[in-house]
Amino acid sequence: MASDAKTATSLWSGGGSPYAIGSKKFGMWLFIVSDMLTFTALLVAYTYLRMSTATWPTPFAFSPSIIFSTVMTLVLLSSSLTMVMAVHSMSHGDRGKTVKWILATMVFGSAFVILHMMEWMHLIRDEKVTPFSNPWGEPLFGATFFGITGLHMTHVTIGVIYLGIIAAGVGRGKFTYEDVEVSGLYWHFVDLVWMFVFPLIYLMSVKM
Amino acid sequence: MASHATHVHTPPSGFIRKYVFSLDHKVIGKQYYFLALFSVFLGMFLSVLMRFHMTYPDAKVSWFESLWPVGAPGGVMTPELYLSLMTMHGTIMVFFVLTTAPQAGFGNFFLPIQIGAEDMAFPVLNMLSFWTTFLALLVMCAAFFVEGGAPLGGWTAYAPLSALGESAGPGQGMGMNLWILSIALFCGASLMGAINFIATTIDLRVPGMTLMRMPLTCWAWFVTAILSLLGFAVLLSAGILLLMDRTAGSSFFLPAGLVVNDQILDHRGGSPLLWQHLFWFFGHPEVYIAILPGMGLASNVLSVFARKPIFGYKAMVYAILAIGFLGFVVWGHHMFISGMNPYTSIAFSIMTMAIGVPSAIKTFNWVGTLWGAQIRLTTAMLFALGFVSLFVSGGISGIFLGQPGLDLYLHDTYFVVGHFHMIMGVAAIFGMFSGTFFWFPKMFGRMMNETLGKIHFYLTFIGVYAIFTPMHVLGIVGNPRRYADYKTFEFMGQLLNVHTFMTHAAIFTAVVQVLFVINLFWSMKKGAKAPDNPWEATSLEWSIPSPPPFDNFGGKHLTVQHGPYEYAVPGKEKDHVMQVDPA
Repeated sequence: MASDAKTATSLWSGGGSPYAIGSKKFGMWLFIVSDMLTFTALLVAYTYLRMSTATWPTPFAFSPSIIFSTVMTLVLLSSSLTMVMAVHSMSHGDRGKTVKWILATMVFGSAFVILHMMEWMHLIRDEKVTPFSNPWGEPLFGATFFGITGLHMTHVTIGVIYLGIIAAGVGRGKFTYEDVEVSGLYWHFVDLVWMFVFPLIYLMSVKM
Repeated sequence: MASHATHVHTPPSGFIRKYVFSLDHKVIGKQYYFLALFSVFLGMFLSVLMRFHMTYPDAKVSWFESLWPVGAPGGVMTPELYLSLMTMHGTIMVFFVLTTAPQAGFGNFFLPIQIGAEDMAFPVLNMLSFWTTFLALLVMCAAFFVEGGAPLGGWTAYAPLSALGESAGPGQGMGMNLWILSIALFCGASLMGAINFIATTIDLRVPGMTLMRMPLTCWAWFVTAILSLLGFAVLLSAGILLLMDRTAGSSFFLPAGLVVNDQILDHRGGSPLLWQHLFWFFGHPEVYIAILPGMGLASNVLSVFARKPIFGYKAMVYAILAIGFLGFVVWGHHMFISGMNPYTSIAFSIMTMAIGVPSAIKTFNWVGTLWGAQIRLTTAMLFALGFVSLFVSGGISGIFLGQPGLDLYLHDTYFVVGHFHMIMGVAAIFGMFSGTFFWFPKMFGRMMNETLGKIHFYLTFIGVYAIFTPMHVLGIVGNPRRYADYKTFEFMGQLLNVHTFMTHAAIFTAVVQVLFVINLFWSMKKGAKAPDNPWEATSLEWSIPSPPPFDNFGGKHLTVQHGPYEYAVPGKEKDHVMQVDPA
């Protein structure tokens, strides 16, 4: 829009973005702030309920539960690396490579979701964990587990679809570097959320 | 995607693109305005029914039965129906009127124009935001028509009642699910709107429009958007957990040992207080989401019609920021009677009192603006003055309620009802009325009828004080709130007469609003053609035609040289300097 910043005397006096980033990227940052609060509220609720329950269970054995979830964590971390490579390729204008790296990110993301579903199925079928009951007492253990990881998994799934749209667009020469970078922001954010979920939900539930 | 659309300068042709799925912020602003107008009349209709029931609990009204065959058998309203009317009145008014009209309605229309932009930063997101709100309203209204009817738990949906499902009463089944779904949709819509408002304010100001040259309306919309961005995110979480409790059998908000219908529930481990914390972390900022745009607007209108610069512009800006910040650290004052540690109460109480400081700064600055002024008493000005009056009346009772000791007594009485209706309800509505009369010429290109407007103002002003002042007295005497029928309580005695008075005042005030509707729609068609700047105001919207062209400024590249309130500048011929006038 109004880009003639000639009369502008400072970054904040109008006529351009004071953060020197596009509005889309700024908008994504704002979304991340908001979504961060949504997750924070869930994690605070989890903390609140756990703190007020004397007999909160810690049922996850190191093997296989923690090893399995560590593999999931590594898969998600790897997807962030491939996303960085995608943004990097796009900054050089290499659309072919960008699409390949985004596809790699989507593969890792999908692998995370599939591993997560396997873990859920195991917990539901073999361990009889549901949002309302589990073998270890406190029913809220299952509710917080499924609620928080479920919302995170939804974010990963939406992210894979979002990246698919971006990859298709980049392939057809439609999207710009900023679009790829903005999708990267979202992806890294979802990854970062897991870095809070993993210790709080898994590592703090290791069988003592 | 979104940002490309701002480069398109040709207006869309075709009815659908122009008026329904429009990307133009001005059309979307009007869509929001009319959505809120519909909602406010729906909400007012519900409140009149409630007041009617308070005074005539045994009255047989045949069309009650045709509307609510279960809720009003034989035309007599059941307590359950009364509670569902109360819940829906509160929800519709808070979300679809107070949150929607001042921010999304006027803000959408005037924020881009006042900062010199051609549109919002993300026009597509803007359109999605409106239609999501529309869907949310439809889902909310659908709650009336499902089995069991609308929910009963109040607009705060306190757990455990809200988490139990049908066993807690009719309306707590499907109706409550729809309520949560509607609120979740509304959270999404507000998030989209908030991102748009913040990005627009930061990125799209024309050269020379520094932050400190923005009209106070823009400051208010900007800070309100930040509150929405942070507040609704938490409400969404609370909604997710509540929905899980209701549909997945979890017990986030359900403690052990609950007995419902003589049966001990199987739930355990949850905490009803958790809901209150999550809800009020959103709920208190929500109060400021409703009132801040009105404050910005009143500041603007007072300055224009006092023909003086706003007193203490910078102080006003810092006061808005302070109120926005403090709004996030006082949610506990809604929970003094919920069983809170007294030390926590003291902390929340001190923070609550602290909000009195920026609020008083604003009030004194409004009075300072009026001091010694040549006031032009237009209808917009009258409503802005009414806003200040109601803000003070409602704010002072807030100081009472901020004291834990007093709140223990007053919390579940009509005092609270009077308090929040004064400040959050009617004051904000007066802000909207003022905005309507002030901006109508720019929005629709015609003037509203001033005589009719003034009659409407005086009658409404008297009416709302007649409804809500007695509530404070009733509360101090000890009249509990949320009861459907007081006739059976001996201690109510002579107080019933006060209820009757309030009911008649409410019906009177509701009928008076017909004057406004007539004025609005008549003026749209038949009002006198509006000049570009009928009020001799200075901000950017008054430097363009009424109504504004599709891209607002006709492709002109503006630069802003002046602050927003340069009235009565010494040594100038005219009594006001437009923001776009040469330096």
